[in-house]
Amino acid sequence: MTQSILSLTDIHKAFGGVVAIDNFSLELFPGEIVALVGDNGAGKSTLIKIVSGVHKPTSGTIRLDGDETSFSDASGAREAGIEVVYQDLALADQQPVYMNMFLGRELTKRPFGLLDKRKMMDDTQELVDELDVRIPSARATIRDLSGGQRQGIAIARATHWASKLILLDEPTAALGVAETARVEELVHSLRERNIAILIVSHSLDQVFRLSNRICVLRRGQQIGVKETAKTDKNEIIAMITGLQT
Amino acid sequence: MSPTAIYRKYELQNYIVYLGFIAIFLFFAVTLHDAGFTSTRNLTNILLQTAPATILAIGLVFALSAGEIDLSFGSAVAVSALSAAVVMQVLPMPFAILAGLGAGLAVGAFNGLLVAWLRLPSFLVTLATLGLFAGIARTMTDLRSIPVTNDFFTGFFGSGKLLGVPSLVWWTIIGIAIGHVVYRHTRFGAHVLATGDNARAAQVSGIKVPRIRFMVLTICGGCAGLAGLLYAGRLQSATYTLGESDLMIVIAAVIVGGTALNGGKGSIIGALIGSLLMGMLNNGLILMGLQVSDQMIVRGLIILVAVAASLRDTTR
Ligand SMILES: Nc1ncnc2c1ncn2[C@@H]1O[C@H](COP(=O)(O)OP(=O)(O)OP(=O)(O)O)[C@@H](O)[C@H]1O
Ligand SMILES: [Mg+2]
Repeated sequence: MTQSILSLTDIHKAFGGVVAIDNFSLELFPGEIVALVGDNGAGKSTLIKIVSGVHKPTSGTIRLDGDETSFSDASGAREAGIEVVYQDLALADQQPVYMNMFLGRELTKRPFGLLDKRKMMDDTQELVDELDVRIPSARATIRDLSGGQRQGIAIARATHWASKLILLDEPTAALGVAETARVEELVHSLRERNIAILIVSHSLDQVFRLSNRICVLRRGQQIGVKETAKTDKNEIIAMITGLQT
Repeated sequence: MSPTAIYRKYELQNYIVYLGFIAIFLFFAVTLHDAGFTSTRNLTNILLQTAPATILAIGLVFALSAGEIDLSFGSAVAVSALSAAVVMQVLPMPFAILAGLGAGLAVGAFNGLLVAWLRLPSFLVTLATLGLFAGIARTMTDLRSIPVTNDFFTGFFGSGKLLGVPSLVWWTIIGIAIGHVVYRHTRFGAHVLATGDNARAAQVSGIKVPRIRFMVLTICGGCAGLAGLLYAGRLQSATYTLGESDLMIVIAAVIVGGTALNGGKGSIIGALIGSLLMGMLNNGLILMGLQVSDQMIVRGLIILVAVAASLRDTTR
């Protein structure tokens, strides 16, 4: 069996008295898309934040490529090759696309260490072309872009920097039909890069279209993990709600 | 296309400062021709008089771009000028320069500490320190003015010339050049803009947001320190009122120059033009023979119009 990229064992997270995640365990393998589903407040975003270093688990272990790790903040996870596409995208709206692509990791040139804007623009253009994110130009300002284009930029940025794992928190929640389809294509194409993807979504149709496995959370409890090909919507709905259908 | 649509399409608010500058210049050039508005002497005078405000404007562009504001320069300028003047009376001149700059930087760092790590809003912090340091400036010398007589100092920061160009103009050029390069072409400048644009995005991208906030306020303090030295050099004395009247002018210059009040967008060159525009206005109104009170009213109204024109598009 191949080595897992990410392995979570007995993760537990409480905010004061509120248990947000209880005994969660999951392994992610290269080239795999795992969907995380559950009702509002089930703990999906909390889990994403634990993996991305924003929250520290109260107990449990996180392994990356088999080595135990613990991130003190989001920068630590980024350096380890984990990228996140947050629900609100975390883009700087008044800055151009290329500056967002390199936010916090701007390229500089010798001898004065000034920004290498040309290279950042060229690299950005290359990347969006490769991923077929259609934007007017790498110099376009984010707020002049459509929701789908912005989402494309956020995902392209994650793709560019992720070497191991991409976490997507409801990447199509705010998008129309056509834009959702574009983003799904994009996510699908990432599979070939041999990184793992963990995606949170409320759309079961989407989950069934994209994922290899589905992990169900209910009020912080891990209800189960199913192979997408061997389950159906009714079963997943029953797991999410706890009711028989 | 409606005028509003044209206004938006070509982002005219980005250029309003240049248009306004040219319009006001032409207006004064015609109406005040006989009063000598366009004489070399008068135009040079405008340049010399705006130097401290331009330096202050540079700092403010950084602060506003990072989503913060500094109001305390209104009194930090006086504290810096007085510190330099007082130290000059007892120690060699270089210590006076250090004291002036150091006082400004200290005010800025104090604001920065409160804003960055205690997360107090910079508007309130710097409003409070504006008052605090205005009081300190008054007690420092019991409201007395301190003469500045060191020839090197008054030449270097005031009346001197290098290659035929007045030192105050040099300070303006150097300040703008450094400010512009740092703002537009360094990682620090990019991080300032990102912080003001979307602090959370900046933070999850690994940008040390508190450090950026601390830095921009410290830069404002440093600019206030330099402005204090320039005033002391030009006027050959320091008093507690220095910088007081710059508060409104500098904020107006920066906003008119295309810097957003709520962060993420700005221009150093725009701030320079804005500052020159304010200086020209001041000069023109005096040449027109307006009473001080009338000058204040007209200046206030013009600033209102200019600011409205440059802010129009932000609700899009
Ligand atoms: N920072 C926090 N402090 C306290 N409680 C929190 C915090 N973050 C999350 N919680 C709690 O943890 C639980 C899980 O929240 P979480 O945001 O992970 O849910 P979710 O599954 O992402 O829901 P949604 O589908 O609505 O996004 C909720 O009860 C929430 O109130
Ligand atoms: Mg959530």
